[in-house]
Amino acid sequence: MNNIFVFCEIDEGKVADVSQELLTKGRSLANELKCDLEAVVLGHEIKGIEKEIAPFGADVVHIADDKKLEFFLTLPFTSIIVDLFEKEKPQIALFGASSIGRDLAPRVSSALMSGLTADCTSLIIGDHEDKKAKKKYENLLYQIRPAFGGNIIATIINPDHRPQMATVREGVMKKEVYKDDYKCKVKNIEVGSILTDADAVVEIVERHIEARKIDIKKSQIIISGGYGVGSKENFNKLFDLAELIGGEVGASRAAVDSGFVDHARQVGQTGVTVRPKLYIACGISGQVQHTAGMEESAMIIAVNTDLSAPINKIADYVITGEVGEVIPRMIEAYKKNSK
Amino acid sequence: MTGLKIIVLAKQVPDTRNVGKDAMKADGTVNRAALPAIFNPEDLNALEQALRIKDSYPGSTVTILTMGPGRAAEIIREGMYRGADNGYLLTDRAFAGSDTLATSYAISCAIRKLDFDVLIAGRQAIDGDTAQVGPQVAEKLGLPQVTYAEDVLKYEKKRITIKRRLERGIEIVSTPVPCVITVNATAPDCRPRNAKAIMKFKHAKTITELQGADEDYMKMHDDRPYLRIEEMSVVDVQADTKWLGLSGSPTKVKTIESVVFQAKESKRLTSSKSDINALMNELLANHTLGN
Repeated sequence: MNNIFVFCEIDEGKVADVSQELLTKGRSLANELKCDLEAVVLGHEIKGIEKEIAPFGADVVHIADDKKLEFFLTLPFTSIIVDLFEKEKPQIALFGASSIGRDLAPRVSSALMSGLTADCTSLIIGDHEDKKAKKKYENLLYQIRPAFGGNIIATIINPDHRPQMATVREGVMKKEVYKDDYKCKVKNIEVGSILTDADAVVEIVERHIEARKIDIKKSQIIISGGYGVGSKENFNKLFDLAELIGGEVGASRAAVDSGFVDHARQVGQTGVTVRPKLYIACGISGQVQHTAGMEESAMIIAVNTDLSAPINKIADYVITGEVGEVIPRMIEAYKKNSK
Repeated sequence: MTGLKIIVLAKQVPDTRNVGKDAMKADGTVNRAALPAIFNPEDLNALEQALRIKDSYPGSTVTILTMGPGRAAEIIREGMYRGADNGYLLTDRAFAGSDTLATSYAISCAIRKLDFDVLIAGRQAIDGDTAQVGPQVAEKLGLPQVTYAEDVLKYEKKRITIKRRLERGIEIVSTPVPCVITVNATAPDCRPRNAKAIMKFKHAKTITELQGADEDYMKMHDDRPYLRIEEMSVVDVQADTKWLGLSGSPTKVKTIESVVFQAKESKRLTSSKSDINALMNELLANHTLGN
């Protein structure tokens, strides 16, 4: 009882990366709180799925396997999770901040009247004193996230309500196998006794989901462009450099919104989080929504014309100049020196 | 076929995308007064979807519901200028400090007082980016929800077909009405203001805004009931104050820090060929580039 629960999403028949990342975070929180880590996974024909979950340190895996759960649907998923949480009374429940988690978690929190914090960038355990009510709380989950367009970082707590719920985006937490042969207990959820006809009113008519293609997270070198790159043509120069030095092209939200590149390349709070050995930020001012997704890069080079751009403060090298001029010079210099 | 009664949930938000230098106060808190208040962008996408339903199914009505301070009536008028028929302003001091759960409780109480077939909202507001209020309202009202909607395709036999835009593709779902739909920024932009609608609704006011108006102005309002933007208070919507404001909010803000970057020692370079050549050489030498 009062354990940490991680909702595991199924993506292309496998446990999603974001869920495994949350299991890793959940394991370390569970060790700190000296409680168990439990996972819950819903799907169809997912026998043996616990093998993808246990190595991340899950003590218990709750499995709901039913045709009605083949694809995510809000109502049946909510009913099952709410039923489980009412019985198990988790102290903490974590969800991926995906289109699934961001649809499901608020619904569950509303049903349980518990608090939920979206898109956390950090989760830590800490104490709290409510001076007005003269109450002390130990071992709360600090849910830390940027707010107000990224201009502030807020630490949110849920002192009195359980579970303490949070969503976290893919790539924010590190995924790490805890023990290859970690033993978990499997508990099957009796789907038939929970779902009613009312859970089946929404139907999926068609699905066209593409396989993952662009995945810049795996690249050790990322050349990212922002609004300051100015044009699609200039973005092509970033692609030229990326190809030459074996990297991938990333982008800020402003560049994606301007239609310069595909959303899959977006780095930051509403995109992916990356930790390459080299990150070249071109024409990116460095709002916290962006830097939250790349500040752990081993080396950062900023290229821009604005001496006061916030990105310059976290950069190891700052090149002051036009992106359209600097990138071709980098290409030229690399070709000359790498021979 | 009779039309659909649509309620658009909209929020007036500070324009966090255009944060100037005076947006933060010296003590690190946000200076809301320095930020322009705007119609939350994705709520405009939601309004457009509502107006498209109204265009396709004659007899439909579009009502704006917003929760906020008195000045939030501005976005109701803005919605009217673009094609909405009327609006409600849910406003009360008791709402102050509400988190998403308390907000969804307040909104669900207000909606219970209204007649509707479809609730449409933006996926999320730019001041919080949580995307929680839509689903939380749906749960409180016991309604199905369709999030990440990009296009309301059709309405027939009491069901709506909706295209959703997900991370790596689309999904088309069919839901019975009544239901809650939240709309993505990838949906079509909202149509602009319409000159006729501006003429019609420029004097639309809440009762609070009418305070101190002269007799002639009041008479005009009495003669044209469509000019009234209805205000709703906690009492009007029969909400229990223990579920509102700080007491109704399970989440508390423990601390807020304004974002100050830790300055690193960074090397400054120019865009000259020699500087860039030296940098690339260094990166190759320390194996950041190459092997």
